Amino acid sequence: MRPGTTRRTFLRGSLGGLAIGLGLPIFDAWLNDAGTAWADGAPLPTRFGTWFWGCGMNPSRFNPTSIGRDFALTQELAPLAPVRDHINVLSGFDVDLDGQPNHPHISGVMGTLTGGAPPKPTDVLAPTLDLLISDEIGGATRFRSLEIAATGSPRHSYSLRNETTRNPSEVSPLALYQRVFGGGFRDPNAAEFIPDPEIVLRKSLISAVGEDRRRLERELGSHDRQRLDAYLTSLRQLERQLEVQLSEPPPLAACVVPGEPDGTEVSAEIGEALRNHALMTEILALALACDQTRVFNVVFSNGASNLHKSGNTTGHHQLTHEELVDEQLGYQPEATYFVDRSMEAWAGFVARLAAIEEGDGTLLDHCLVMAHSETSFARYHDVSGLPVMTAGRAGGRATTGLHLAGTGDPITRVGLSMQQLMGLRVERWGLGAMETDEPVGALFA
Amino acid sequence: MREWRLSTRLLPAVLLLLAGAIAACGGEDASVDGSGPVAMRRLTADQYRRTIADLFGDDIEIVGRFEPDARRDGLLAVGTAWVSITPAGFEQYDAIARHIAAQVVSPERRDGFVPCVPQDATRADAGCSAAFLRSIAPRVLRREVTEQDLGWRVAEANQAADTLGDFYAGLRFALGGLLVSPEFLFRVERGQADSASPADLSLDDATLAARLSYFLWNTTPDDGLLAAAARGELTTEVGFARQLDRLLASPRLADGVRAFFSDVLGFDELEDVSKDPLLFPRFSREVLADAREQTLRTIADQLVSRDGDFRDLFTTRRSFMTRALGVVYRVPVGPRDGWEPFAFASDSPRVGLQSHLSLLALHAHPGRSSATLRGIFVREALLCQEVPAAPADVDFTVVQDIDNPSLKTARERLGAHGSERTCANCHALVDPIGLALENFDGAGNWRAQENGQPIDARGSLVGKSFVGPEGLGQALHESEAVSACAVENLFRYAVGREAEIQERRLLRRLERDFAREGHRFRSLMRAIALSDAFRRATGTREVEPAIAESGASERAREESG
Repeated sequence: MRPGTTRRTFLRGSLGGLAIGLGLPIFDAWLNDAGTAWADGAPLPTRFGTWFWGCGMNPSRFNPTSIGRDFALTQELAPLAPVRDHINVLSGFDVDLDGQPNHPHISGVMGTLTGGAPPKPTDVLAPTLDLLISDEIGGATRFRSLEIAATGSPRHSYSLRNETTRNPSEVSPLALYQRVFGGGFRDPNAAEFIPDPEIVLRKSLISAVGEDRRRLERELGSHDRQRLDAYLTSLRQLERQLEVQLSEPPPLAACVVPGEPDGTEVSAEIGEALRNHALMTEILALALACDQTRVFNVVFSNGASNLHKSGNTTGHHQLTHEELVDEQLGYQPEATYFVDRSMEAWAGFVARLAAIEEGDGTLLDHCLVMAHSETSFARYHDVSGLPVMTAGRAGGRATTGLHLAGTGDPITRVGLSMQQLMGLRVERWGLGAMETDEPVGALFA
Repeated sequence: MREWRLSTRLLPAVLLLLAGAIAACGGEDASVDGSGPVAMRRLTADQYRRTIADLFGDDIEIVGRFEPDARRDGLLAVGTAWVSITPAGFEQYDAIARHIAAQVVSPERRDGFVPCVPQDATRADAGCSAAFLRSIAPRVLRREVTEQDLGWRVAEANQAADTLGDFYAGLRFALGGLLVSPEFLFRVERGQADSASPADLSLDDATLAARLSYFLWNTTPDDGLLAAAARGELTTEVGFARQLDRLLASPRLADGVRAFFSDVLGFDELEDVSKDPLLFPRFSREVLADAREQTLRTIADQLVSRDGDFRDLFTTRRSFMTRALGVVYRVPVGPRDGWEPFAFASDSPRVGLQSHLSLLALHAHPGRSSATLRGIFVREALLCQEVPAAPADVDFTVVQDIDNPSLKTARERLGAHGSERTCANCHALVDPIGLALENFDGAGNWRAQENGQPIDARGSLVGKSFVGPEGLGQALHESEAVSACAVENLFRYAVGREAEIQERRLLRRLERDFAREGHRFRSLMRAIALSDAFRRATGTREVEPAIAESGASERAREESG
C-alpha cells in the first residue's frame, strides 16, 4: 500500500477517529505474506509475562495422569477446558534446595524465578526471569514492564532486580488505567501525531538530572553506588518512555482504548480479588495490544496467599495448614476452594488474551505467559513437583496443548526455555545444582 | 633517682592504672564511643509529605503512589538505607514532582516563592530564574548550592520558558528537576576529615542538620537549622547543642516521636489490614485510621507533652477518643466531632498500648485473634528478639481444627499444638504472652467467651506470671529488657543502621542513663544525638561479600494460632 496510501492516510480518510473504537483486525494489505510482520518489515512484538498464584494445589487432583497432546484435564484443571489448546501443563519440575533451608513460601518462588534457592529469606541471588527478558525486549516500549497484584498490596511482587529493588505492583484498576491510558498515552491509531513540546523539555531535563548525579557518585561507597545505579536505570527508563512518546507510533489495529474503570475497594477478600483481577486483566490486555509494554507480571495472590472469604474466620494460607483432609474427597475442601478460584482466574486471563485478534492470530499467540506457584502441596511447603503452566505461542516459537512431565528435573529447565523462546541467546541458566543447559525441548515449535 | 628506680619497678602497675583511668574517662568521653558508616537514606513516604508541606505549605496536594518502604531488621528506618528506586517508582516521583511544581509556581502561590518579577513573563529571564533557584535549591537539597549546581538548572528553566513562552513554566521545570534529583529523594550523608581525630570522619554541617531534623521532627531542616549549618555551627559543640535543644524544646518533637513509634509498632502495615465485614461489622477503614491515631496521640501525650516515664505507656489508662472509636470500645463519647482526651475506667480491661485496637487488630488474622502473632510482636518489637520461623514441614492440622468440639478456645488449641515437640519450643516463647490478650478478638473487641467457653487470660513473660492485659502491661513496665530494646530501636532509628560492635558500650551507657533519668524519652533522644555515633562516621558503606542478616518481618509468617 505504500507509497501513496499509507495506513494512516487510509484511516484518516475513510474512518477517521472511529477506528480507535472499532478494534478492527489488521488489514492483510498491511502485513507481509506470512501475516507475522508489518509490511515494512517490523515484526509483531512477542510479549512475555508471568502469572503467579499462592499456596499451590493438590497434586493428585491437579496433575494430569496422561502425557502429551491428548492429556485429560483433571478436576483441578477443569476450569482451563476452554483454553486447553492454548496452554501447556508442566508437572514434575522441582526447586532443588541445594543444601539451603526451605524458607516457607519464598524458596519455591525465588528458586523458580532466579534459578537458585536463597540462603536467607531476603536474598535475591540473581535478577528474576522477567527482568532478564525485559532487559532484552523491554526498552522498545513506553513501560519496561507492568506489574499488577489482585490482593491489594504493592509489595505483592516477584519482580526483583536484587535485594534492594523490588518492582511494586499496581493494585487498583483505576490507578493502572491512569498510568497506562492516562496523560502520557499516545494512541497509535490517532489520526494526527504532533510531538508535545512539554515532552521534549521533560526529556531534556531528566537527562540533565541523570548527568548531574556523577558528582554524587564519586562520594559514595560501593553499597550506595549500586543503589544510585538502580536510580539511574529507573531514570533512563523514564527518558525512554518520553522518547517513545516523541516518535510517531506505528498503527496497531488491535489497540483499543478501554473505558476508565470505577474506583474499587482493594483487598484480599476473594470476591474483590477476582473482580480487581478481571478489571486489571482487561487493561493489561489492551496495554499489550497497544504495545505500551512487552513484559508483565501478574500476582493473583501472594505466596502464603492472604486470600480469604468474607464470613470465614480462617483464610487460604491458614486453611492449607489447619484444615483436615476430608476423607471422602481426599483433599481439604475449604483450602481447595481458593485453588479452584485461582484456576478460574488464570483461565479467564488466558481467554482474554486469546480473544484479541492480532495479525494472523491472536494477541495470545504473540505472548508467552508462565503461570506458577511457590509450592505444590502448601500444607508442607513442598517445592518439588511445582505447578507450572505456559500459555501462548511466543509468536510461533512455542507449541501448546501439551502435558509435559518432568521427573524431578530442576525447574530452571523451564526458566531457560522461557528465555530461549523469547529469543534470548542464553545457553545455560541457574545456580549451583540448578544450573542447566537443557531446555524443555517439547515446548519449542 | 631512688624514687625513679622505685617507680620503674612499679611501672607495669602504673601503666595498668593509667590505662584503666583512660578507659574509665573514655567511658564518659564521646571520642571513644565508636561510630559506623554513613548512609544514603531514601525519604519515607511520610517524610516526603512532611518535607513538601514544610517547604511549600501544607495545602500543596500530593497525588500519586509512593514506592513502598521496606522494613529491615525490624525498622523501616534501617530499610531506608537499603531500598533504591524502581522504574515504576521513579515514574511516580516524577509525576508527583511535576504536580507539586505546577502548584508552587501557580499565580496564587508564586509570590511566596519567587523573589523577583521577570522583565517579560512570556520568555526566559535568566537573572530571575537564577534568583529563584538560589533561594529554593538549598532548601530542597538541604545544603548550600554552588554555581555549578545552578548553571545547568537555570539553562533548563530558560529553555522551557522560551519554548513554551512562559517564564513561570521555566521555573516549573526547574523545580520539578530539583524534586527528582537523587539528593532530594535520598538523604546523602557526608563525612569530612577531622584533624582532632584522624581515625574517622566527622559528619559535615548539612548532614548533621538533616540528621537532627529527620530524627527529631521527621522533616526537612528548617531555616534556623540550615542557617546554622551554613555558618558551620553544627560542627561545633556549642552550636550543635544549641540547635539540638531548640528542636527538643519544640512541640514538633511530637512528630518525631510519633514517626519513631509508627515505625517500631509496624503501623505502615495497618494499610494492608482488612477485617471480615461479616464477622466484624463495626470495623471499618475509618475506625482503623482513628485507632492508629489514638495510639500515636497517647504516646505523644505521655512522652512529649507530659515528659512522662516511657514504661507507663504499658500501664496508662489515659488516652484519646473519637465518636467512631467510642462505638467499638463501647464507651460514651461527648457530642463533639474530633478528638477528646479520655480515660478508661479503672475496671476497664483497656490498660496500656497493648490493649489498643490498633495493635490488637494488626496482630491478628482477618477473621480471628492470634495469641501467637501478638506474642511474636512483643518479642520482636518490644524485646528486640528474633523468633525463629516455624519449620517448613510442620503439620498444624491435628491441633488447629477450629471445629473440633473438644478444643473450643485458642488456649486449648495451642496447648494441643504445644505438645508437639517440634513446635513446643517456639510456641512457649510467644503464646503465653499473647494468651493474656485473648479476651480481645481479631478486631480488638472485648469478649468474655470463645465458642461458649470462658476465656482464661493467664499469661507469662520471662518467668513472670500474670492475668490479662493489665498484668501483661505491668510485666512490660517492669521489664528492663523492654527499656533496653526501646533504647536500641531509637538508636538504630536515629543512625539508620544496625549498631556496630564498637557501639555496644555506648548502648549500655544510654540504657543506664535512660533508667537513671526516669525513662524520659526527650533525654534519651538528646543523649543519642550527642553521641559520636550520631555525629561521626567510619567512612562510606561498602558492599558486604556475604549478604547481611535476614529481616524477620520479611519472611512469610508461618506460625499457627
